[in-house]
Amino acid sequence: MKMIEPNNKRLMAALLPLMLLGALNLTHAWQDAKSGYEFMTPESRAMQDDDFENPGMLTVDEGQTLFITTAKNEMTCGSCHGDDGSKLDIERITQYPVYSETLKKPITLRNQIHICWNERLQNPPMKKYNDPRAIALETFVRHQAHGKPVNVDIDGPLKPYYEAGKAFYNRRAGQLDMACTHCHSYFPGSKLRAQTLSQGHSNGFPTYRLANSKVNGLHERFRQCQHQFRAKALKAGSDDYVNLELYINAIGKGLEIETPAVRY
Amino acid sequence: MNMRRRFIRLSMLTALLLVCGSAVLAEEKPAPEPYYEWKVEGFAINAPIGGLVGNPENGRKIAVARKKGNCIACHVMPILEEEFNGNVGPPLTGVASRLKEGRIRLSIVDEKQINPMTVMPGYYRDPRHFNQVRKSFKGKTVLTAQEIEDVVAYLMTLK
Ligand code: HEC
Ligand code: HEC
Ligand code: HEC
Repeated sequence: MKMIEPNNKRLMAALLPLMLLGALNLTHAWQDAKSGYEFMTPESRAMQDDDFENPGMLTVDEGQTLFITTAKNEMTCGSCHGDDGSKLDIERITQYPVYSETLKKPITLRNQIHICWNERLQNPPMKKYNDPRAIALETFVRHQAHGKPVNVDIDGPLKPYYEAGKAFYNRRAGQLDMACTHCHSYFPGSKLRAQTLSQGHSNGFPTYRLANSKVNGLHERFRQCQHQFRAKALKAGSDDYVNLELYINAIGKGLEIETPAVRY
Repeated sequence: MNMRRRFIRLSMLTALLLVCGSAVLAEEKPAPEPYYEWKVEGFAINAPIGGLVGNPENGRKIAVARKKGNCIACHVMPILEEEFNGNVGPPLTGVASRLKEGRIRLSIVDEKQINPMTVMPGYYRDPRHFNQVRKSFKGKTVLTAQEIEDVVAYLMTLK
């Protein structure tokens, strides 16, 4: 390649580590996964830690209400999972996205909620993946696994979907021509204008964002990031985003679930 | 290589046609600026893009504006009225005493020519090479050629 001239030694020295990273095709530049929590200010952490201060807890309560709302078939989510969610399989919740043998593809925790809503309660289907009721139910359900480690399993049938998610994570897009990896694996801890970049994990989702004063689903956050670098954001619930969720859960495996986290 | 040269020549021809074409239409509505080709020589773009002359005061504004350069999102710059400067990239204070104009221009136009893995956006890359662009930005460079020269002129004041 003509671009790299050997007499430009200093530049070569500066570029070498980056090139090595590229050559090794390392997934991310950091070694240990760190929750977004660790990049927040002490005030925001305190807000998250106090159930009475954490605005996301209101959404947990909304989810709890929906969980015991009787459907036309005289059942509630609680009929099968316990009114307080105590019969939910907590270990299973930490494993999503999981492979659905019926659908022959990965499904997210949100997908599972839609499935139970449609099939077990025989409710009219919600039109949107991101229906506020589905977000509230997911927030309630995932809150039940608070403190448990994210535990997705990518060694089985999910492997190819994980690989697709990884490729998406590393592919440049948008007018600003960036990939997720550029901000979240190379620059956690650095400041982007006023914001401290984190490793971009999913363990806090659904998450209360101070920036838009509501609880946001993970795919909404994907859209917000893509929007920032002027890429065409995809639909929440799309295959690409499900794969991306799988990949992000995998690189954050072992992080404690913080739902509902408080983030900027 | 041959293909590439032919491509460049073709694009220059297109640019020329666009310039001539827009001159005719100029009275009706302001014509969109053409995409000017640029050339890298030894890690620098020595010629101003489109032969335009930059205005440093304007360049300073562009460096701050979120919807324009937004350079301070990633760089510390001597712009004291702005509370928040990012530090994803190196500080640009004193950049003109470290780097020559042509090298600064290349960094702004397309830092990927220097570091293919950089996070820094290419502010004046051929928009046909982007992937999955949001509709309102399709077919456009991030900054116009005039804005690039304005920012270059501003950075040249940071001695
Ligand atoms: C008629 C019983 C029934 C009802 C009602 C029901 N579910 Fe389920 N749900 C199941 C079963 C069975 C599973 C196990 C997964 C599967 O094979 O579908 C499950 C799985 C789940 C899971 C994954 C965690 C786990 O425990 O496996 C979640 C979360 C969930 N349901 C949420 C809901 C929500 C929210 C509602 C109300 C909208 C609801 N369910 C209503 C039967 C039910
Ligand atoms: C220009 C830099 C930039 C790029 C590129 C970027 N993001 Fe982000 N992202 C941010 C900022 C800023 C935040 C908020 C602060 C933080 O948590 O890093 C954020 C937050 C997140 C979060 C929330 C983290 C948490 O703890 O709540 C996730 C998840 C995320 N990004 C995923 C992605 C994905 C997926 C992509 C690629 C499609 C992406 N980001 C690309 C800047 C970026
Ligand atoms: C998303 C972050 C980001 C933005 C926005 C950004 N840069 Fe950069 N810039 C960087 C990084 C990181 C580097 C370090 C070199 C590399 O990564 O190749 C850099 C390098 C540079 C350099 C070379 C400095 C040196 O010492 O080698 C110049 C000049 C520069 N940027 C100017 C600008 C200008 C002017 C703008 C706004 C029009 C801008 N940058 C916007 C991240 C950014």
